[in-house]
Amino acid sequence: MATDAQLLEWLCRMGDNALVLGHRMSEWCGHAPVLEEDIALANTALDLIGQTQLWLGLAAEVEGAGRDADALAYRRDVMDFRNLLLVEQPNRDFGHTMMRQFLFDAWHIEMLRALKGHEHEQISAIAEKSLKEVTYHAERSADTVIALGDGTEESHTRMQAALDRLWPYVGEMFLSDDVDRAVCDPAPLREAFDARINAVLAEATLTRPDSDFAHKGGKTGVRHTEHLGHMLAVMQFLPRAYPDAQW
Amino acid sequence: MYAQMVKSTGEGVRSLDQMDPQERAFQERIDAGGKIEPKDWMPDGYRKTLVRQIGQHAHSEIVGQLPEGNWITRAPTLERKAILLAKVQDEAGHGLYLYCAAETLGVTRDQMTRDLLSGKMKYSSIFNYPTLTWADMGAVGWLVDGAAIMNQVPLQRTSYGPYARAMVRICKEESFHQRQGFDIMMKMARGTPEQKRMAQDALNRFWYPSLMMFGPSDAESVHSAQSMAWKIKMNSNDELRQKFVDLTAPQADYLGLTIPDENLKWNEEKGGYDFSEPDWDEFFDVLKGNGPCSVERLEDRNRAWDEGRWVREAMLAHADKKRAAKLAAE
Repeated sequence: MATDAQLLEWLCRMGDNALVLGHRMSEWCGHAPVLEEDIALANTALDLIGQTQLWLGLAAEVEGAGRDADALAYRRDVMDFRNLLLVEQPNRDFGHTMMRQFLFDAWHIEMLRALKGHEHEQISAIAEKSLKEVTYHAERSADTVIALGDGTEESHTRMQAALDRLWPYVGEMFLSDDVDRAVCDPAPLREAFDARINAVLAEATLTRPDSDFAHKGGKTGVRHTEHLGHMLAVMQFLPRAYPDAQW
Repeated sequence: MYAQMVKSTGEGVRSLDQMDPQERAFQERIDAGGKIEPKDWMPDGYRKTLVRQIGQHAHSEIVGQLPEGNWITRAPTLERKAILLAKVQDEAGHGLYLYCAAETLGVTRDQMTRDLLSGKMKYSSIFNYPTLTWADMGAVGWLVDGAAIMNQVPLQRTSYGPYARAMVRICKEESFHQRQGFDIMMKMARGTPEQKRMAQDALNRFWYPSLMMFGPSDAESVHSAQSMAWKIKMNSNDELRQKFVDLTAPQADYLGLTIPDENLKWNEEKGGYDFSEPDWDEFFDVLKGNGPCSVERLEDRNRAWDEGRWVREAMLAHADKKRAAKLAAE
């Protein structure tokens, strides 16, 4: 059984993943390669922002310190963020964006499946609702990785480069500590994740990197990348500049 | 609507007696309130004018994503971020319906996109103005979407079927956009002194550009007369501008904001407000590509299109390979 402190920490991990990735996806709005993609990227971002409200809303409730989801999203600094390093990686090109999404979705879907039916009723309910959305995200990002991996020589090269660039951020998703184990240990999900991505990468004609090296420090908040601070500077500008305002 | 100064045949409206039987039947169908569908015969001028108008409208939706997209990453709450993102996403959707409507007239989306990117086809002047503070998200929804609705509601009855049907869907979403803009304005106008200042500043900057959205007076325009005879333009520019001012002035009062026009005054006799004309020289400058953000807007669209080329090519190549593999398997 998780203590309230562990629960709060864990809920911030889930909420911050959704918040940071949702923000990254929203950065695309109006700039996608084709109109249909613009709409689809916005859909994913909207789902993730909605999930953020649920996870961080519950986190604030557990904390019981009078904060709400917005206070957690807009008034914490880098060292208090608990998202994976993978999701704070910048968009770079469309290939990186979709590869990041694919790798995250493949973890996210297994995580939410494991959480569905969790003894904590609210966690179970949020997981069940999110799973419907993430099932679609996973299908779409896998299809896109296959199409772009297989498409042209240029797209193949770009997708392989994106995979190689992002691969060192995969391992952190499966590291577990006491906080994870108190709620849901991600380590056993690796097998299903591997099976899922191996099948998609094969169809996409992409080569899975050999290295098992993994950057870590995002979900523990010990060491984020430099990218997160810039994102927060933009995202939190208004509530920070006008702390007394209601919006 | 976001179409301005759409050129028609320039020949003036012909009477039924001057038309050959085919054109006469076409005009009589429009006069009787009938709809023209893609496979029906239509005069060349009607087709060309519609392509220009629908294309300009579609481009405006797409370029119109940019000024509001400018604030998505800085929206001040999770709810505001979701609402703004959903709104800008709706605009992409509107662009999509409108390109589809234009495609029924025999022009491809790719062709129209190229004409936008090269500057050959225009989009509404309003999207060449910058969005500088969060209050601009309120002002754009309240004033810009408000002005667009004035034009779009009557266009639900326009003579070209696919255009009219696209407009029905668009209008439903636009009225929601307008309300969310007004909601932001209310929060700002009743917020802290800094928020109120932002709200007034946004109104100051967006008032005249919003009036320009209707285009200059077209009482004498042969293009407008023809478009009105074809029912692809339903009201004169002045008529719609007056309606917009009459509706908006009391809303500004309600918000406690001041419309930046000393001459704005209720005129009992005409049953509407008197108001100052915008600076039409500025309007023509903007149309010529000299708006405050004209260069940035087209640069942005061109960059997105150029940087997305490899993606579009790869998607097509993959689809071709899949088709070929499927054929080979059969």
